[in-house]
Amino acid sequence: MRRYFVRKLLIYILTFFVAVTVDWMIPRFMPGDPVSILISRAGLRGSAVDTMYAYYTGVFGLDVSILHQYFNFWAALLRGDLGISIYLFPTPVTKVIMAAVPYDAALLLPAILLSWWAGNKFGAFAARSKRLDNTLLPAGYVLTGTPYMWLGILLAWAFCIVWRVFPIAGGYSFDLRPHFSLIFIWSLIQHWFLPFASLFLVQFGGWAIGMRNLIIYELEADYSHYLEALGAPRKLIRRYAFNNAILPQLTGLALQLGVIVAGALATEVVFAYPGIGYLILQAIHNEDYFLLQGCFLFVVIGVLLANFIIDIAYVIVDPRTRAGMQGGAA
Amino acid sequence: MKKKNEFLYFALRNTKLRIGLSVVLFFLVLTFVGPLLTPYAPADFVGPSASPPSAQYWFGTTTFGEDVFTQFVHGLSSTFLVGIVGGGLGTLLGMIIGFTAGYRGGVLDEVLNILTNVVLTIPVLALLVVISAYAKVRGVFIESLFIGFTAWPWAARAIRAQTFSLRARDFVDLAKLSGMKPVKIVFTEIAPNMASYLFMTFILMFGGAILTAATLDFFGLGPTQGTSLGMMMNLAVLWSALTLGMWWWFIPPGLGITAIVGGLYIMNVGLDEVFNPRLREL
Repeated sequence: MRRYFVRKLLIYILTFFVAVTVDWMIPRFMPGDPVSILISRAGLRGSAVDTMYAYYTGVFGLDVSILHQYFNFWAALLRGDLGISIYLFPTPVTKVIMAAVPYDAALLLPAILLSWWAGNKFGAFAARSKRLDNTLLPAGYVLTGTPYMWLGILLAWAFCIVWRVFPIAGGYSFDLRPHFSLIFIWSLIQHWFLPFASLFLVQFGGWAIGMRNLIIYELEADYSHYLEALGAPRKLIRRYAFNNAILPQLTGLALQLGVIVAGALATEVVFAYPGIGYLILQAIHNEDYFLLQGCFLFVVIGVLLANFIIDIAYVIVDPRTRAGMQGGAA
Repeated sequence: MKKKNEFLYFALRNTKLRIGLSVVLFFLVLTFVGPLLTPYAPADFVGPSASPPSAQYWFGTTTFGEDVFTQFVHGLSSTFLVGIVGGGLGTLLGMIIGFTAGYRGGVLDEVLNILTNVVLTIPVLALLVVISAYAKVRGVFIESLFIGFTAWPWAARAIRAQTFSLRARDFVDLAKLSGMKPVKIVFTEIAPNMASYLFMTFILMFGGAILTAATLDFFGLGPTQGTSLGMMMNLAVLWSALTLGMWWWFIPPGLGITAIVGGLYIMNVGLDEVFNPRLREL
């Protein structure tokens, strides 16, 4: 078990290191110089350009050697300093993102957990049932093929514009200020529901299909046939099949995390939901690169944390990893 | 020869494969025929602004008076290009890394395994967003390359595992004894034994690349020239097509993507049943 965790941790540390390095490299090695862009936006000319160029280079710490810049970047990062947002000047990027994180957590955690649970249950139920297989599973495939934002757009259009049941934009009603009251909480829930529902639906289809396929494989395995030959009840065999099929689904969840988070970011854009996805859109429109890079790092950290939690869950679910045998998705 | 016939027999009999393939082929044909059906170019301001679908403007017009149908059929070609180039590159890289790691083993395997796991854990789309935001000029082709270069890890992992189990078989030992070169062994002895799997990997990569590109385009980071389905959705949302009730602007692009990717996935299940007799029993 120790070997399993050490190995996982090593990979996560390495991933974080690579992510930070890439985050540092992109603005410095991409064609096009951010400082020139800033100056051209200011519309300066003549000697003012040179003065401002020197000034910005100094302010952004670009006048020291590349290696030195790299270490400075890490030092600032470890202090929690990701620079100042241009879009919400002069708020620090860390502060801007921290205000958005609760919305992402509220959206992603229930959507991921509930869809995984419900999808697995439903997929196991639908396996080897001819009618469900031929009607609902194609629907599941279409759902997994749906771009998250498009389902979001459809839901927003149907429920907010056509039927006017839900509010369309924001994290809470625009005429409220954040405070602790029933009205405010109700407003939060109303604005939360549709983004949550679109995330839930797309994922649900994927998990249901995955589980259905795995159950079919398991029911064809030797141990299932053996149990059947012994005359074990169908329900018992299915339960064993389910317990075995849940492991790859857990690995699948870890693999899907990046895609799910990306889907959530896009969904937030549709509903103007004030999470990190919405910040990314604003950062792109306002050319706020510090904010953009900060969002990227926060997403990386979130995904790494979630991966680590799934690893712990894996140890609980799969006895082989505890016994120190080969197992898990190392 | 007989085996080929058997494959065709099961392939043609499989409803899922037939449905999926027809949907994808329909859109592929539309990609080539569509631009001939419309007299306009995607960026032309051709008609009244925001008019609903009519005999003249099949899918209606945008707020600026562009023809949605024209944009749709031109966007389809971006979609297929991203699928083929991005999915193809992803599969190719997955094969190279998977075969190398699985067949060579040892330290090289260990290093490639760590590399795979690292790229697998990084949230790729967030990374692509940052890269694209800094790229001032973006084409569909460059976008596809970016997607391909980040999409390979899961395929590499699966191919490595399969290669690993095939490597220990007798026929591979025999090939080694006869003095065959490793590259040749991989391509003539190992790869053919997992050809069906490789093909299905490509299909999944194809669909995945399309979805990734759509999300990227939706953030406004799509190609700077030309049009794409994701960009259409981006502009529709940006210009409040939702609140204005202009459903004809945002439904076709999403529906196109969903149909193509959903069709690919259903086709994949059908293929799985054709290749794998165990699943065929129903």
